[in-house]
Amino acid sequence: MTDATAQGPDASRPERSGSLIALDERTRRRNRSERRFRLYGLIAIGIGVLALVVLLTSILSQGLPAFQQTFVNASVYLDPAKLDKNGTRDIEEIKKVSTFGYAPLIADAMDRKMESLGIDPEEFGLSDKDALEMISKEAAAQLRRYVIANPDQIGQTVEFRFLANGRIDGYYKGRVTMESAERDSNVSPAQLRLADELKADGALGTYFNWDFITAADASENRPEAAGIGVAIIGSFYMMLVVLFLALPIGVAASIYLEEFAPKNWFTDLIEVNISNLAAVPSIVFGILGLAIFINYVGLPQSAPIVGGLVLTLMTLPTIIISTRASLKSVPPSIRDAALGVGASKMQSVFHHVLPLAMPGILTGTIIGLAQALGETAPLMLIGMVAFVREYPGAPPEGFFDPASALPVQVYNWTTRADPAFVERASGAIIVLLLFLLCMNMIAIILRRRFERRW
Amino acid sequence: MNDMRPLERAVETKEIKFECRDCQVYYGDTHAIKDVNVDIEDKTVTAFIGPSGCGKSTFLRCLNRMNDTIDIARVEGSFLLDGENIYDKRVDPVQLRAKVGMVFQKPNPFPKSIYDNIAYGPRIHGLAKNKAELDEIVEKSLRRGAIWNEVKDRLDAPGTGLSGGQQQRLCIARAVATEPEVLLMDEPCSALDPIATAQVEELIDELRESYSVVIVTHSMQQAARVSQKTAFFHLGNLVEFGETGQIFTNPKDPRTESYITGRIG
Repeated sequence: MTDATAQGPDASRPERSGSLIALDERTRRRNRSERRFRLYGLIAIGIGVLALVVLLTSILSQGLPAFQQTFVNASVYLDPAKLDKNGTRDIEEIKKVSTFGYAPLIADAMDRKMESLGIDPEEFGLSDKDALEMISKEAAAQLRRYVIANPDQIGQTVEFRFLANGRIDGYYKGRVTMESAERDSNVSPAQLRLADELKADGALGTYFNWDFITAADASENRPEAAGIGVAIIGSFYMMLVVLFLALPIGVAASIYLEEFAPKNWFTDLIEVNISNLAAVPSIVFGILGLAIFINYVGLPQSAPIVGGLVLTLMTLPTIIISTRASLKSVPPSIRDAALGVGASKMQSVFHHVLPLAMPGILTGTIIGLAQALGETAPLMLIGMVAFVREYPGAPPEGFFDPASALPVQVYNWTTRADPAFVERASGAIIVLLLFLLCMNMIAIILRRRFERRW
Repeated sequence: MNDMRPLERAVETKEIKFECRDCQVYYGDTHAIKDVNVDIEDKTVTAFIGPSGCGKSTFLRCLNRMNDTIDIARVEGSFLLDGENIYDKRVDPVQLRAKVGMVFQKPNPFPKSIYDNIAYGPRIHGLAKNKAELDEIVEKSLRRGAIWNEVKDRLDAPGTGLSGGQQQRLCIARAVATEPEVLLMDEPCSALDPIATAQVEELIDELRESYSVVIVTHSMQQAARVSQKTAFFHLGNLVEFGETGQIFTNPKDPRTESYITGRIG
């Protein structure tokens, strides 16, 4: 102002024309740069959205078929002579019959099915053995599990859905064609034609694949049986460990640091190190877990408890940083008010500050959990990448049983040769994304519900 | 209430509640309060006036040790409340603050219901044995805060939903709910409009019946209206302390005179 008056009106406003209708050059330039900036922003968002759409379409198109599976319907006679020779129905006796004992039952069931439909495999140039190959190698185990779960069904004829071979399944999902079958040692075009015939007669069909969600992993040559059941349980157990360790430790640490700790070089040091810890690559935490929890403490490998502990260490800085930020955002007048009526420091924190900071703390915790849920690298180092066929037990013992985890399962399947596992891996990614989506939804809902104005 | 005033005015000297001697406050290297000696009487309104940054709020916050929450603040000297030094190592500040209540510049009700705002202090100090007693305390405090009639139908409504003046009276009611002996007010009307200010001033005059009230204010008219004793602070020094009438009509120190006539500040 003083400058303008000192220089006089002519000197200070050389470019301005009198009219407001005609924009001067300066304003035009400013408007242009503003429009340009908006365009950049739109382009940036466009790239992001495009990447997301491409990613989701690719995952969904590859992964959704994993939720469908081809099965062969057949009625199988559970022959007591083979399954329970003594006729005692003792479950321990029945368990002694291995999957080899069940194979003849399935062969028999398939024979009768073909006969009843009037289909002769010979017509397709297939032996009985070739026809049987269309059923998954897992089928016998599938039947054995059923019998062990329902021993009273022995001696009965039951309708059963056998998993079809992965290649047959792939044929109906477009992964296997007649041409590729020519060159495939695992399946022949004749088998595919027989499958088509069976399908036309309703003996073969595609159904929703609950087993994908509940079943355990399966070996290299039977992708049709692989599921993410063990991985979901393992991930769930780890999340429990993380929640019950990281939330109390993280919140207690941040309350102390934010509200009680004196400000000196030592707390500054701690503060800097917590921020540094948040930036440490997760694989380093894996090495730490391997060295301390497994080698030194002697906890079992591949166990959710170790995974949970490692992920807790990884999540703690996230929780501490977000909790401290939300504690800081509570206005100091609330603290003064509480102290003013004679509340102690702790009462003022727990009665007034903490409830106000709650939405932020919960959001931070859930984001930390979501981050932990998707973490792969540290889990590989502590052995969770192993092939785990057995379900972990119920907690608390289950925390010490070997288990897998969702992201590790995805990694595991992508390393396998059979293309059917690509579909499985994408399916597992969909499940993982759904879980993450749910957690973020919960975070949003909690924030909405607890948010209070002051 | 008003009919009691002549009786009180007849009392010549009142009991001294706070006796402050050689008080010094340092913020880091800054010497914020220098050699302040002041006697605050019981059942009296004492006003602290002075230009911004003169240390009146700092001194007020010494009286219930609110400066403890500021890391760099250091307090020296003796602050005797009923003959006991409140800065004694054995004194628990929490107990002190129950005895010396405080109302802040900006109304700061808890983001809870009106009822809970008032009931919080009595609850943590165990002043009520049961719900009926607590209800009674809440009603009594809200009546003392001159806000009962406005909120009696909506005690469950959030305290933050009230208007600014109502919030401040709610905060005063909250402060008196713990039965303090001294009530400190740090510019309680600076965020209020003239009508709300008048209500709060009226309230302060009534509170004088039961408490020793210390009020920090920027408004000299307000000090003249509500207080019996006035202390004038300047640059961390207590320049003059005396009867309000005398300070405003016949100041002894030229600095006081300059301030109240508007020449400094």
